[in-house]
Amino acid sequence: MNVTVLDRQPDTETQSQLGFVDCDVHPYTKSSADLDPFLSERWREHRRTIGARSRSPFSNAPNYPRMSPGTGMRMDSWPEDGSHPGSDLGLMRAQLLDAFGVAYGMMMPLLGRGGDERNVEFGAALCAAANDWQAAAWCDPEPRLKASVQITTEYTEAAIKEIEKRAGDRRFTQVMIPPRGLEPLGRRRYWPILEACAANGFPIALHLGGTSGHPSTGGGWPSFYHEEHPSYPQSKEALVTSLVIEGVFEHIPSLRVVLVEGGFAWLPSLSWRLDKHYKRLRAEVPHLKQLPSEYIRDHIWVSTQPIEEPERPQDLLATFEWIGWDRIMFSTDYPHWDQDDPRYAIKVPIPEVERQKLFRGNAMAFYGLD
Amino acid sequence: MAVPAAGAIDCDIHPALPGTHVLVPFLDEYWRAHVLMRGLDRDDYGLAAVPANAPINVRPDWNPAKANAGTDPDLLRQQALDGFKTRFAICNVLHGAQAILSEDLSAAFCRAINDWVVAEYLDRDPRLRASIVVPMHSAELAAKEIERKAEDERFVQVLVLEMGELPLGRRQHWPIYRAAERHDLPIGIHAGSSFRHPPTNLGWPTYYLEDYVSWSTGFAGVLNSLISEGVFVEFPRLKVVLMESGVTWLPAWMWRANKTWRGIRAEVPWLEKSPADYAREHVRLTVQPFDGPPRADQLQRLLEEIDCDEMLLFATDYPHWHYDGADALPDGLSADLTRKILVDNALKTYPRLSS
Repeated sequence: MNVTVLDRQPDTETQSQLGFVDCDVHPYTKSSADLDPFLSERWREHRRTIGARSRSPFSNAPNYPRMSPGTGMRMDSWPEDGSHPGSDLGLMRAQLLDAFGVAYGMMMPLLGRGGDERNVEFGAALCAAANDWQAAAWCDPEPRLKASVQITTEYTEAAIKEIEKRAGDRRFTQVMIPPRGLEPLGRRRYWPILEACAANGFPIALHLGGTSGHPSTGGGWPSFYHEEHPSYPQSKEALVTSLVIEGVFEHIPSLRVVLVEGGFAWLPSLSWRLDKHYKRLRAEVPHLKQLPSEYIRDHIWVSTQPIEEPERPQDLLATFEWIGWDRIMFSTDYPHWDQDDPRYAIKVPIPEVERQKLFRGNAMAFYGLD
Repeated sequence: MAVPAAGAIDCDIHPALPGTHVLVPFLDEYWRAHVLMRGLDRDDYGLAAVPANAPINVRPDWNPAKANAGTDPDLLRQQALDGFKTRFAICNVLHGAQAILSEDLSAAFCRAINDWVVAEYLDRDPRLRASIVVPMHSAELAAKEIERKAEDERFVQVLVLEMGELPLGRRQHWPIYRAAERHDLPIGIHAGSSFRHPPTNLGWPTYYLEDYVSWSTGFAGVLNSLISEGVFVEFPRLKVVLMESGVTWLPAWMWRANKTWRGIRAEVPWLEKSPADYAREHVRLTVQPFDGPPRADQLQRLLEEIDCDEMLLFATDYPHWHYDGADALPDGLSADLTRKILVDNALKTYPRLSS
């Protein structure tokens, strides 16, 4: 049965002094017109007259209605002027960066939807605009915030151009790809983009998202957000499977990947399952030279939120150990409703050395920060 | 490890149709004429999700010399029943009949398969039991078929595919569950897809290995659906058995599903307890293929995390190839748990095995 852990009181003083790295922070625009200065007149006009078109039923809302306004925002994260949560740097500092002494915050913009746009030229323009906007509106006034290069994987030439354009700009730490694209990311058609990421020194952040048009489960569309929300780990499992089994890491040995907003507790079981069935079906995938679990161990990092909460909290420590303490990076997901508070999210005491890795050291090393 | 004692209950074996033509004698007059007119008896409606010659689906020493694996009833009795000194084994015929788009043709083939399995298997060996194959894309015809075959107590379960047109919890399917519960038949959900949709929400994977590994993520979706829609609230006596699902993904699924439920339960107010607790009460899993960890202490911890010794059921998955020799059980199970997995849990799950 469940065990009550006595030491559940968070040690806020220690953790706030950690200067942790937050691997998932969401900046928003106050209005989509905020991107206009970074769009050409041709695309400003397009945005005004046609706007975004993805592969989901609603123009400005997710498939699954959330439980709080603003597509599932933390209720206290709305700025006083009523603008969107995550759009006010002052409030973000007060609620996140200063409140917890955040050393660096990795921005994952979920706006513009350039990666989902069916008109790929417009999508590429939106991605470029979102990149300029991150740098100008966030990184320049607040150097603790780091930008993620937005690309659309359905327009290879533009994606590579955008990656090359941001290479060497220290404000950008990674390339962000919404993994629910038209095809699994490991497919050969995406390799030139993945090669460009590695060649330009960018790890890839695979934050859940994307509107592929494919149902959230292989058995069709579920009815509830109560099903969609726990389907994110399954999406991540398919992603890891695709990258590993297609041979991406055999082809691009320097490629590093961080999975964001999918939790992580499913990863050990997936590794065992892949190894087991690889042994039986290896003739189908002769391009693989190592066990799937070895590719995972070498190339894949995970961020924590939404952190799984075992019924016996100490089981989390075993899961961390099975994944590898050097592969796990803390993230909050501010300002979403299900964000993890660094003081309360982990309900079991973590030894100091491992805690330093999880909250800071792993991310500093992964992103080459100092 | 090997099965330590005689009398185990094997919850998943796969007799296979030698060909569509064997169903012709079991079709009624209309459908016999129809099938022969179109030449469908010469087509192969085997499921793409279970390619017959993939190494994982055919263990070399269980493969008859002149036919596809699982098509020889005598060999099946000798290898699957005598070989493991099995008390009962449940025949799950995996066939494309369940995935045919025409509800009428699908139902006709399913009826024929159920009558064929009686004649070719159940009538030949008293140790054999079977699952009722149903046309999943018509709940009305599926429920009708359950009513037709439930009279025969040797049918102990209803067989459905993990992934079809709609998630299994959706209300359109409920007539199937109503009929099953009425007759004490668990719903056996077998790995695989009719491929109405890509098996992953990222789209179509390249390799069969990816498809195969994805079945466990499909099962997580199945549980999310059955639980969220309230199937176990509406049908409190219903059990579902996940077959060829893998096992070790379950704790992580429980943790995440419970966390989501705590945040989003207002959307599904009919739920009376956590998803993990619904699973412990209503969901059973067969142990092959066992996706176990490399170390015994890891397995021990996973079993503690699952925290229910009634969930696992013995299965060989004959003639599929998940282990060599007689090692049909994972290593490191206690004697008490082994007995529950081999016998007790199945008897509790399948009331008809005791009648």
